[in-house]
Formats: sequence, structure tokens, C-alpha cells
Amino acid sequence: MDLLRFSTAGSVDDGKSTLIGRLLYDSKSIFEDQYEAIKRSSRIHGDGQVNLALLTDGLRAEREQGITIDVAYRYFATPKRKFIIADTPGHVQYTRNMVTGASTAELAIVLIDARNGVLTQSRRHGFIASLLQIPHLVVAVNKMDLVDYSQDRFEEVVGEYTDFVHRLDVENVVTIPISALKGDNVVTKSDAMAWYDGPTLLHHLETVKVGADRNVIDFRFPVQYVLRPHQDFRGFAGEVSSGTVRVGDEVMALPSRKTSRVKSIVTFEEEKSQAGPGEAVAITIEDEIDVSRGDMLVRMRNIPTASSTLDADICWMGEEPLQPNKLYNVMHTSHTAQAFVSKIIYRTDVDTLHRQSADSFSLNDIGRVELVTSEPLYFDSYRVNRHTGCFILIDPDTNTTVGAGMIRGVAKDVPAVGDDSRANLVSPNVVWEGLNIGRAEREAKNGHKAVVLWFTGLSGSGKSTIAREFERRLFDESRHTMLLDGDYVRHGLSGDLGFTPDDRAENIRRVGEVTRLFFEQGNIVMCTFVSPYRKDRAFVRSLIPDAQFIEVFVDADLAVCEARDPKGLYAKVREGEITSFTGFSAPYEEPLEPEITLKSDELSVEESVDVLFDELRKRKIIS
Amino acid sequence: MLEAEGIYVMREVASQFERPVLMFSGGKDSIVMVHLARKAFHPAPIPFPLLHVDTGHNFQEALDFRDNLVNEIGAELIVRLVQDSIDSGRVKEESGPNASRNALQIVTLLDALGEFKFDAALGGARRDEEKARAKERFFSHRDRFGQWDPKNQRPELWSLYNGRKGVGEHFRVFPISNWTELDIWQYIMQAEIDIPSVYFSHKRTVVERDGVLLAESDFIDLMEGESYEDRVVRFRTVGDMTCTGAVESTAASIEEIIEEVSTARVTERGGRADDQRSEAAMEDRKRRGYF
Repeated sequence: MDLLRFSTAGSVDDGKSTLIGRLLYDSKSIFEDQYEAIKRSSRIHGDGQVNLALLTDGLRAEREQGITIDVAYRYFATPKRKFIIADTPGHVQYTRNMVTGASTAELAIVLIDARNGVLTQSRRHGFIASLLQIPHLVVAVNKMDLVDYSQDRFEEVVGEYTDFVHRLDVENVVTIPISALKGDNVVTKSDAMAWYDGPTLLHHLETVKVGADRNVIDFRFPVQYVLRPHQDFRGFAGEVSSGTVRVGDEVMALPSRKTSRVKSIVTFEEEKSQAGPGEAVAITIEDEIDVSRGDMLVRMRNIPTASSTLDADICWMGEEPLQPNKLYNVMHTSHTAQAFVSKIIYRTDVDTLHRQSADSFSLNDIGRVELVTSEPLYFDSYRVNRHTGCFILIDPDTNTTVGAGMIRGVAKDVPAVGDDSRANLVSPNVVWEGLNIGRAEREAKNGHKAVVLWFTGLSGSGKSTIAREFERRLFDESRHTMLLDGDYVRHGLSGDLGFTPDDRAENIRRVGEVTRLFFEQGNIVMCTFVSPYRKDRAFVRSLIPDAQFIEVFVDADLAVCEARDPKGLYAKVREGEITSFTGFSAPYEEPLEPEITLKSDELSVEESVDVLFDELRKRKIIS
Repeated sequence: MLEAEGIYVMREVASQFERPVLMFSGGKDSIVMVHLARKAFHPAPIPFPLLHVDTGHNFQEALDFRDNLVNEIGAELIVRLVQDSIDSGRVKEESGPNASRNALQIVTLLDALGEFKFDAALGGARRDEEKARAKERFFSHRDRFGQWDPKNQRPELWSLYNGRKGVGEHFRVFPISNWTELDIWQYIMQAEIDIPSVYFSHKRTVVERDGVLLAESDFIDLMEGESYEDRVVRFRTVGDMTCTGAVESTAASIEEIIEEVSTARVTERGGRADDQRSEAAMEDRKRRGYF
């Protein structure tokens, strides 16, 4: 039977414990003696009715304080599926627990009190679900009974939250109006909300796709333990983290990079011909090559990134603050090494998503850092592979787990927030002499500062139209400008590239470098590129000082863009002439924190240009 | 999926610790644990011994089963007796009609861990058994006195288990944390695992005390107004006879037990007299080092 692990998070009074109690009770997963116990307890604690929340508030300390203080795991099953709930408290101080619960979840339920609407904590839960890459998010608007089951109120709350979720990296969001106390739309459909035609919460839990976070492509097998019962058998025991392996496959052992073939895949019951994600097996190979715990078997032509400098998001869980340059132990797959944080790029305010400069992280802080490890780690980015992209940090003085990390990639020397020094990606053996005439001199002569405005959005959203008008007005005011447009670049500089994700990334990398040169020349540089991937845009951002980079999200509905279709591209897509097109067959990752969003289906071109002028004045780029 | 998780945890234990031990009671959960350990290290033998803390109040069927199993798989078994702890004055036996050696096991267990310098004790506890266990970790840290501090547990993320510890400290490890009673039974059926006969329906002489059916034995004194009677029963857990209650049941096969468990309206611990003493009974025992 399928197993779905989900996490629940809600503020103290959102009724989370009641919801879980309701799920357990209505799905008949509560036993009589448990029910009798909470009935006794409800009388002692003085609530009038049987308090379902008492089913889940486990420890005595919590019962006294009336809040849950740690992650608790609950189990229930329906004829369709088994469920494991990681019940995480929503109290302000407990980001740590929420992250812990989210780390193994495939779905997160964010509870919102219909009366109060979206509170900072609801946002925090959404942010953490996105950071931990939980594929499914359910927004349960609770206590509908207290707002007269009002559809207007539900939609208001949903609208508010949807605006926020759009800034996150969550793929699947479902919203459900419920009353945990009365049972509406939890297990059974509510008669009081005939206007709602979606699934009940339980129905959604029973039918949502499980295993969506599994990576079935990249074979990764971290070796946990070497089995050597006798001279003739040497098996590497472990769990397939991702991908599949077959007998006869050519594999490479990391870090030795020695290769061999899979001789057998052994389990207690049988020898298997292949093994896939999540299977615990022992693998034997044809040749005697040195493999021990902490090593990884991979396929020869698909190996993970190896680096001893990492760019990662971390959540700090230690009582003692993070000490940059202190040596911690890092556990990554079955491998342990030492690591120190070499730079804190920023701390994210989890309630507002603002990035702040920071010298250290304290308990419950989340942010982005660079780490240096004592030996290379073999990893994939967390986005691509949850198993090989995560790690924990352990304080060697106390042996406690103090940090949870999600790897973005190799450290790119991204400048810290508040730090003006820039990234230099250099080829080997090239000495960077610096520019002959510095930007500051050029800016002084030009009478305005240099800036980069990066316009991103779907094809037809109006990026070029707005940028062209904007440049014309700047130029007429004798400003120094340059406009880089996707189509120009595709004809020359990137004429050799197609539209695969890798080619798109390379295109943006080239454009980024060119942009930097124009920027250093003191120009107001406008770049209009669909640039659908966040990581590509983040790369360009990393090249330019923060105060002088403005990401402009030109936002228009796909339908509107298609109706405009200035270059006739959408028509070609519809006719099947173009196969990889953003918005249809290729994804568009909306900016999480654009400096400016222009709703081009609501604003005129003139109005949009005015917004941009205001921003430049505000930033004292122009006077 | 749950099976793979259990195997993964067992292998982590064998890798991260120097002297692990598997706590074996003869009950169904620890039998499943032994099965998982065999699978985890196949074709090699289980790389750690089994430890049975014997209260002296065990079902003979369970003891026989234990010895047969150990023989069959060639595992190393260590038995430590609560009676020895009593005789050496380490603990004092409870008195009265509800006397139980359940709490006394803690001392015998900790002594055994110290004697062999075990640094990780694998247990078959499950989070669904009781409220206080819902927050237990897979790798549960114990200080030098074997104590568990529910407010100071290490966060446990993904499947990265931190088994680092200081001198004299040890870990309790629970590979089947995420299993429910039903999962255990379904697994026993699917993997065709043998279990002691007391789990199946049989006729037995019992006494009813506070709603719990206790088996007739030398360890139980009848109170006024109580009398033994024959009932058709089976046991849902197999522990100390003085506090492990039977349920009336005609379930004579695994299939029938699963049918019964799926529709059961009382948790398996509901048959244990020791948990009914107070609402926080389990939490109190856990803090002191109980499993």
C-alpha cells in the first residue's frame, strides 16, 4: 500500500491539533481507550466538549503549557493509503522543528484561521515547505464555521495567500475550506459549503501523487556498510538514493573514480536483476577495487558534482550561534567530513522573505552561506536530488546536530548582502588587472550611476516594448544607455545555442558577462530576456553590486501574452513548429523577490516607464 | 518502504557504533527486528549480539521460542536476570498484589549495557504505541545515567542519523519507529515469520483484574473476591506475565489476527496494567531509562 508522509504546521490557535484529532477520529484510527483517556482529560482540563487536540499533545510539559513543543509523529491508515503525520508546532521559536518535520514530508498542510487570515506564521510555513522542496502544499482554511461558511471570506484568504505563494518555489498548491472542529470537508463533504466543489482534505491526501520527489534518473548509491562474510564475497550494503542500477552496468566508485561492473544485486530473499530508488540492497562488483563506507557508486557517464566549496541554504538548530570559521562535522549521505562556514551571504527573514546581512546565525535562523569542506563532497543540488543534496552539521564539542543544509551548488563567491565586492569567475592563469578607468570615474563623468535592469517574463509579456520606450526617454535626457535584447544576442553572441536548459543557462551566462562590461562602462543597461530559470538570473545578479541590480518582472497572463503574440511565436507553438517554448513545454520560474513587478496587462507602457524612473531616482542612480 | 527504512537504520548502527546490541524480548516486535537484522547483513551474520533482560516472569512459550530462534540463525544471545539484580541488592522487589518487575528491568538493563560496554541498544519500540513515544527519535541519545531528556533531543532530518556521543553515553535506536501494530502483523504475514504460540487464540486460565485478563502463574496472588477461570484468549503483547493482559479472542491464524487488529477498538498497550497507573506513566518510566 502507498505511504504518504505529510507535515502539518499551524499557529497555536489555528486548530492544528484538532484537525489531526479529527482526521484520526473520523478515519476511525482512534482506539476506545485513547478516546476514553482524552475524555477523562477533557474533564480535568475543563473544556466542555471532548477535546480532540488532546490526542496529539503528547508530552506533559506541553499539556501544561497548552502548546506542542516538538515534532510528533502520528499514524493512520485508510483502505487506500497509509499516512505518517509529522506534527510540527507553529510557535514562533520552532522553525527548527518545522524544518525537521518537513525534511521527510511529501506534502505540507498549512492551516490558516479563516477569521485571522494570513499571519506571518502561515507565510513562514509556506516558505519552509518551499525551501525543503515539499512537492505538494495544501492550504486548509480552518474555522469556516466561525465565518458563516462564507465563500467570499474563503476566497479572500486564498487570494492573499496565493499572492505570497507565487513568490515561492512550490509546484502544487490546493486550497480547501474546512472546519476541523465540526468536521466539514475533513473526511466528509460539508453540507454547509455547497459552493465548494473540490475534494475533502482526506480525499486529497488519499489521491495526491506520491513519489513526486523521487529522482529516477541519476543513479546514486552511497555505501553504508561493507559485508564481508568470507573471502569470496564482498558486498556494498546501502539504499539506492536515486536512479536505477542493473546487473552488468558499468559503475564508478567515488572518490577513487575506479570503474567496474555490477556483478550481482543481493537481498535476503533473492538476487535481483535491478534495483531502484528506496530499495535496500547489497551490490557486488566484478573487480577488487577499494570501496568503503562513505564512498558512492554512480554510473560512469552520470556523476554528481564534486567540490569542497558549497553554496547552501542552512537552517541553524543549535542553541549556540553559528561561528564562522569554526570546524563542524558535516554528515552528507553516508560520508562524514569537516567543514566551516566561510561566508554568510544573507539571512532570510522568514516572515517577510527579506534578505538581511548577517555575521552569524542563531537558533531558528535560515539563510544562505558558503562552506568549505575538508575533502570534496559528491553531491547534486537539493532541487534535483533531496538525498544527495542535503547535509547536517554537528558541533564536535557537544555532538549535537546544529545545522541542516540544502546544497545549491558549488560556491560561486556570491557577494554577501551588504558587501560591495563583486564575484570574479576567472579562467585559470588569467590575472585580473582591473579596468583601466574605474567605474566610479566614468559615473562621475556621466553624471549618473551605472545600473542593470534585468527584464524577465514570458514571451509577449511586453519586456522589449517597455525597455525600448524607457531607453528612448533616458537617451533623450542624455543618459548613457545600452539595451541588450534576447533576439540580438541569439543572432550573434549565442548563435550556436539552442533552447535546452543547459543552453539557456550558457546564453544567460554570456549575456551576464557582457552586461557586466557595459555596466562597468558606466551605462544604464537594460536586458530583456525571458530567462525562465531562477538560478540563471541569480547568476547575473551575483555579478553586479546589489544596490545596482534591479530585477524587473514583467508579469502578464499567459493568455494575454498569447493573444498579443508580437512575433507569431505562440501560433507556431500551437502548430507544433516550436517544441521547447517557455510557458508551454518549458517551465517559467517566476522571480521570488523581484525589485519591481510590472503588471503589463494593467499598466500602460507610459505608466510602466514612470515606475522605472521612480525606482532609479529612489536609488539615486539618476537625480 | 518501512522495511527499507528499518534496514537502513540497522546498517547505520553497525557502521556508526563500536558495540551495538539488539534488545530481544521474544515479543513479536523484537522478532521482526531480528528478521530485519538478518536481511540487513545477509549473507553475513548479524554483527551484534542479542540481549534479553529476563524479569523471571516470562511465558515459557516465549522463552522456548527465543532459544529456538537463536539456535536456528546462529546469533549470540546474552541473558541477564532481574532476579540477579534483586539478589545482589541493586533493586528492591515491589510488594502487594499488583507487584510488577517492569520498573526493575531498568537497572538490570543499564547494568548489562555497562557490563558489556554496549554503546547502542537497538529496540523494537514504535511511535504509535503510546503518546510519549510519538516524539522519540530513531537515534535516541542517553546520558551517562541512561536518562532521556524529552526537551533536549537532537533534531533528526532526512535520513541522516547523528550517532556521535561522549564517553559513557549511549544510544537507544528504534529502527521500526514508524511501524504501527498493523504494519507489524502484515509484515509477519508477508515475510512468513514465526511467532510464539501465545499470540494465537488458546484456552487459558486467567483472572480478571481492573478489566485486564492476567494469566494464571506463580507470580500472581489472588486478591479477595478474585478467582481463576478458563477463557479463550490470546496475547497482543508478550511481556512480563504480571502485567501483560490477554484479550478474549478466537483469532487462530495471522490472517484472523490482522482482521481483529484492523477492527480493534483498544490499543495493544490498553491491555497493560502498568500504563493505566497514570496518564503520564510511560513518560515517567522513559525518563528513567525504560524502552
